[in-house]
Amino acid sequence: MIEPEAAAGREQLIWTLLAEVPDPEIPVLSIVDLGIVRHVRQEADGRLHVGITPTYTGCPATEVIRIAVRAALDAGGHADAVLEEVLSPPWTSEWLTSAAHAKLKAFGIAPPEEPAPRVTCPRCGSRASERVSEFGSTPCKAHYRCGACQEPFDYFKCL
Amino acid sequence: MNAHPAQQEAHFRYVLRLGDTSLVLGQRLGEWVGHAPALEEDLGLANLALDLIGQARLLLTYAGELEGRGRDEDALAFLRDAPEFANLTLAEQPNGDFGQTIVRQWLLDAWQLEIYEGLLVSADARLGAIAAKALKETRYHHRFSSGWLMRLGDGTEESHDRAQGALDSLWRFTAELFARDDVDERMQAAAIAPALMELAPRWSARIDEDLRAATLKRPAAQPYPWHGRRGVHTEHLGHMLTEMQHLQRTYPGVRW
Repeated sequence: MIEPEAAAGREQLIWTLLAEVPDPEIPVLSIVDLGIVRHVRQEADGRLHVGITPTYTGCPATEVIRIAVRAALDAGGHADAVLEEVLSPPWTSEWLTSAAHAKLKAFGIAPPEEPAPRVTCPRCGSRASERVSEFGSTPCKAHYRCGACQEPFDYFKCL
Repeated sequence: MNAHPAQQEAHFRYVLRLGDTSLVLGQRLGEWVGHAPALEEDLGLANLALDLIGQARLLLTYAGELEGRGRDEDALAFLRDAPEFANLTLAEQPNGDFGQTIVRQWLLDAWQLEIYEGLLVSADARLGAIAAKALKETRYHHRFSSGWLMRLGDGTEESHDRAQGALDSLWRFTAELFARDDVDERMQAAAIAPALMELAPRWSARIDEDLRAATLKRPAAQPYPWHGRRGVHTEHLGHMLTEMQHLQRTYPGVRW
């Protein structure tokens, strides 16, 4: 039987550990920033359970993330932790942390805005942007162009 | 919920049909990669394909578990022959030109919207969770396909005629979308699946609304001989599978 404080401490440790695991496609963000890590909890079986959820069902990064999380847990001495997939509730871009919004912007990707008929250009801050395509280089991004500075940029879509 | 073997079999079939339709449609869209009319549409179709294959993975994995014979998503996708596939016949129709791909996509997007929405309240929580996830993606798939349908239909004379021609030739396959059989009835009785009879008019209304915006005409209903969901396919599926399954057929059990 693990004491509640000890369990909470270990859970916090895991969160800190996972905050260091980068998203493979947008490496400025960690998987915690993205809201992919749904739970870390000590369960009745005495083991730690870590739940992760896919952003998009077909996102190729999901598999890479699973492997990276497993490796981080193993390297951190938590080889007995159980990694499980969570589907419900489905991931939403609203789970991006405010730190994630700032990091995306600094990286040149416009963070999700709702409602967004006009997306703010991450380079010059103008809202005179237009959508080139709803689909970009990864499932989570759309392709935009700024009407003021003329630069193309990625927009992290609302889902 | 699944004590009866016939019920268990129907449950497996129901999930398999959904998974196969997503897989086959996703594979078809994947054939466009590198060939679409513009880079943006190439990426768009590839993104849709990815989502559909992602949905197929979740559904086929689950179907394999329901079947209980140890088949995983890969065994189901790569080691079955055409008559064992249970996708809607519409999904396997060849890409044709861009207009034909868009019409096929739009008809099936509208169908998936109704099915997934209906599954949100399924007595099968896992299926409901997959549907909730897929529904969010299907909404923007429909935005993409109906947007293109409008541009093609209400575009030039050439694009209008090609879109109408695609619609006229694919329309016969829509007869299968809401046709019920014993699998649907069992699943509906168990509150696992929505009532197709209630979904059909909603699909129809959405189709008419989009067609009006695209200045296209709804074709008349036609007699219908195929039932892909029961394994009776058009010749096209077999050809598609030879390409899709080539690697696993040539090198059985090969891994990355």
